[in-house]
Amino acid sequence: MADAPSGHAENNTAEAFLQGGSLRHAPGPYFGGYGGRWMPESLIAALDELEETFNKAKDDPDFRAQIADLNKNYSGRPSLLTEAKRFSQHAGGVRVFLKREDLNHTGSHKINNVLGQALLAKRMGKTRIIAETGAGQHGVASATAAALLGLDCVVYMGAEDCRRQALNVARMELLGAKVIPVTSGSQTLKDAINDALRDWVANVANTHYLLGTAAGAHPFPAMVRYFHEVIGEEARAQILEQEGRLPDAVCACIGGGSNAIGIFHGFLDDPSVKIYGFEAGGDGVETGRHAATISLGKPGVLHGARSYLMQDDDGQTIESHSISAGLDYPGVGPEHSYLSDIGRVSYEPITDTEAMEAFRLLCRTEGIIPAIESAHALAGAIKVGQRLAAEDPANAAEKIIIVNLSGRGDKDVATAAEWFDLLDKDSAESEIGKEGEQL
Amino acid sequence: MNSAEMTSKSAAAIDRARAQGRSALIGYLPAGYPSVEDTIAAGIALAENGADLIEIGIPYSDPVMDGQVIQAATTEALAKGFHVKQVFDVVAGITSKTDAAVLVMTYWNPVVRMGVDEFSRRLAEAGGAGLITPDLIPDEAAEWMAASDKYGLDRVFLVAPSSTAERMQRTVDASRGFVYAVSIMGVTGARTSVSTAAKDVVAAAHDAGAERVCVGLGVSTADQVREIAAYAEGVIVGTALVAALRDGGVDAVEALTKDLSTGLAPEAGHTTDGA
Repeated sequence: MADAPSGHAENNTAEAFLQGGSLRHAPGPYFGGYGGRWMPESLIAALDELEETFNKAKDDPDFRAQIADLNKNYSGRPSLLTEAKRFSQHAGGVRVFLKREDLNHTGSHKINNVLGQALLAKRMGKTRIIAETGAGQHGVASATAAALLGLDCVVYMGAEDCRRQALNVARMELLGAKVIPVTSGSQTLKDAINDALRDWVANVANTHYLLGTAAGAHPFPAMVRYFHEVIGEEARAQILEQEGRLPDAVCACIGGGSNAIGIFHGFLDDPSVKIYGFEAGGDGVETGRHAATISLGKPGVLHGARSYLMQDDDGQTIESHSISAGLDYPGVGPEHSYLSDIGRVSYEPITDTEAMEAFRLLCRTEGIIPAIESAHALAGAIKVGQRLAAEDPANAAEKIIIVNLSGRGDKDVATAAEWFDLLDKDSAESEIGKEGEQL
Repeated sequence: MNSAEMTSKSAAAIDRARAQGRSALIGYLPAGYPSVEDTIAAGIALAENGADLIEIGIPYSDPVMDGQVIQAATTEALAKGFHVKQVFDVVAGITSKTDAAVLVMTYWNPVVRMGVDEFSRRLAEAGGAGLITPDLIPDEAAEWMAASDKYGLDRVFLVAPSSTAERMQRTVDASRGFVYAVSIMGVTGARTSVSTAAKDVVAAAHDAGAERVCVGLGVSTADQVREIAAYAEGVIVGTALVAALRDGGVDAVEALTKDLSTGLAPEAGHTTDGA
């Protein structure tokens, strides 16, 4: 474990976390010492309204039926659990299964959350949703849900990201959304969140802020997790059905942490299942250019929650760096901070290089192009598989790892082509990739 | 208000204005913009030309309650290398030369990073009156409540047009010095008119027992000051002063402060509700 994080509990064992009962369905607002509502008073009434609406909806059979119907007939759930036999040979010879969120409508897990929140917006009588987006995936998902449910949609996106992801901007506009380039602060995802919050303060009467990850002020972390819990529920049932037993380990990538908390939730109370979250190590955690928030951050408050945070000695947020726009966020959901502190989940950084090697490996061994975000989980699974095999070589072939393949990589082809030097030097794509690399 | 046995510098400053038959003027400046020295000079100019309280903002990387003018100023201050501890130099620089109560307006994470107790101790040492906390609600403020009691600092929480009666009561009860009434649902920035919501928020705060309520957000002219002074104990001006400092330096701050302060006293045709 050369790049294992330091300073956090490492006892990934049953006793430490199950003494207090179940870890599932943590309602918030606090997860241990994390979470809460560090927000302007102007927005507290809206957060209260959202919490109340969400709590009622959760217990409403009609709402649950609506979600189930959309999941099945619109998103295409349940997503498959696919054994990656050729990929597994590179992971110590253990068996690797992929939870195929890449097969959902819009190409990632994001659809689970946007449909749920857009339905809540309708329940609250709101006619407009706003969203932040990094590379555009959550923006596209939000625009999709808005189109489906007849809501106005405004997406805040860093000005540089708009330029780099011109096709995603076009996709959102095709879906009827308005994309506003964000030029404040560092012009990145965190600033897109800031501008979305400013919009929300001014328009809260008719607007729901459809936050894209399991972070932010209560009730967002618990609510976003709730809409993604289906990932873990399905994966657990599928592995029991297909193999008759639980996996030895579950792996997911972590930016804000929504796909991860969704799949982790299904296994939190299964003490035999080790759980791993893989953060973006960027150029390497020793370089300072990374997004390994839990591994190297310190607790603080940002965007409404107390959680681990990349910050300087003055408490100013530090800009994160990752080849994966979806992981390029200097904060992390508060439940992950808690799960790290109590040792239930191990969080480790994966560098850009490790992620891209795993990206290429999955393409060539399984015929699946993963999102670069998900490639971090794949790279982590290779390490975990090799460790499991080293611990018990005789039974390596019996070990099972489930990886949350949170999204597909179509959006990342330009970045990957540049990384692997596959583009004609004079092509337009080459120019886009090159400029993207400079950021 | 929870101020019976504690001396509040902010309350004293507002009461001095009240004794003169007028509302108090509160001016905002971001620390380190365009330099620490300039902030001190502008703060002194504010105090000498009609401001009773001064609000010094700590530049922060993620100022979600600020509009473009203040964002631009604080971003510039950070780019020039402003450090949080320099806010104590600014506070000390102004309090050593004037009688104005000097509060610090800060997003919460810089305080968390330094340590709530340590930050409070240094602010008190610098002669500061207390903190205005735009993203800290009383629900999350246990540590700050303890530290502000320990060091005798005012804790100015915000109330908004969206605050329920229950939250209004809780916030008024938790505040010391004054209650900051947000005039509109939005972020900082000059607006052509102050919404009628402001008057309702102030009335609700008074009903909840607040003795001193000051109105901020969107106030930029003497006419707006006059309108608010008719029903609130204090008027807070931010963006307009930052724009003046940006465009005309300390002289412009001095001129604008003089002009704004002409709106503080009740005139014929205007009434005050017991100030």
